[in-house]
Amino acid sequence: MPALDHTTIWIVIVGMALGSFALRFLFIGLVGDRPLPPWFLRHLRYTAVAIVPALVVPLAIWPEATGGQTDPARLSAAIITVAVAVLSKNAFAGMLSGAATLIVLLYLGL
Amino acid sequence: MQHATVKSYFWKGARAGAPFVFMAAPFGMLFGVLATEAGFNLLETMTFSISVFAGAAQFTALHLMQEQAPTVIVLISALAVNLRVAMYSASLTPYLGGAPLWQRACAAYLVVDQSFALSIAQYESDINMSVPQRLAYFFGTCSLIAPAWYVATLVGALVGTQIPDYLALDFVFPIAFLGIVAPMLRTLPHVIAAVTASIVALMSGGVPFNLGLIIAGVSGMMAGAQAEVMMARAKAGN
Repeated sequence: MPALDHTTIWIVIVGMALGSFALRFLFIGLVGDRPLPPWFLRHLRYTAVAIVPALVVPLAIWPEATGGQTDPARLSAAIITVAVAVLSKNAFAGMLSGAATLIVLLYLGL
Repeated sequence: MQHATVKSYFWKGARAGAPFVFMAAPFGMLFGVLATEAGFNLLETMTFSISVFAGAAQFTALHLMQEQAPTVIVLISALAVNLRVAMYSASLTPYLGGAPLWQRACAAYLVVDQSFALSIAQYESDINMSVPQRLAYFFGTCSLIAPAWYVATLVGALVGTQIPDYLALDFVFPIAFLGIVAPMLRTLPHVIAAVTASIVALMSGGVPFNLGLIIAGVSGMMAGAQAEVMMARAKAGN
């Protein structure tokens, strides 16, 4: 693999730094406390519960570590995490149960 | 008294964010290792992690650079992966918009998956928080994760050893976020939003530049908002 040249590296770093900050600053910085329209706020209420599952559900079903093959241990761990977190209303209880499930199932060779 | 409670919200945020150090540190270290292997020097690796502060986008940029992708494509793809932070920023605006501009600029820099998800969950469950309390909580959630990310990048760049596969660290990320989001599914529209977004995400995996994630997220938001309107109408009709 040819080594990356340092000019390219710096262009990417500066571009990413400015671009990432612009994305983050767009609303919180420029809109501030100006009122947003109700329909927009209604959509925003569902940002977390929409985008986070969109980010992680494909990873749970097709894990990168197994080359995209559905893995019983990882899928079970994901289901246990959600089930415990919903029932206990406690995120950390869900994470611990999911992690324990994954460790035990991988140890058993499933 | 106000001052004391603001301080206590900072610590509350710090405690909530603490477990995520175990997630950020291995990924930061991995980034340090991979960037160094790709030919970044120490200054470049550290400047990248500190100025960009976005794990998934950094890995995407690195991966595409190694594939000799044109610089414009590298930037567009990596920023597309990070488009979700614009939605997070929008979502935090009703809660933090009243703060002074410089504080909002600092908060903007720190908008990441963890700070957003933890803060929104807190603001929704404790609706009487003042703006300084919300901001303190938000900064608290990052107080350990951000330094952990920098230090881990540094360690990875200096040590340069691979993280063994058997630790199954790939799965820390899904488990952590499923855990945060699951208790937020309080109403039927929230569940509809999550299920819709998940299904669309599974179907749109082939969309280039990771835009499938944005399409799925927006679909879920629209489904949730629509369900809320329909339920309100049905209630008014009774």
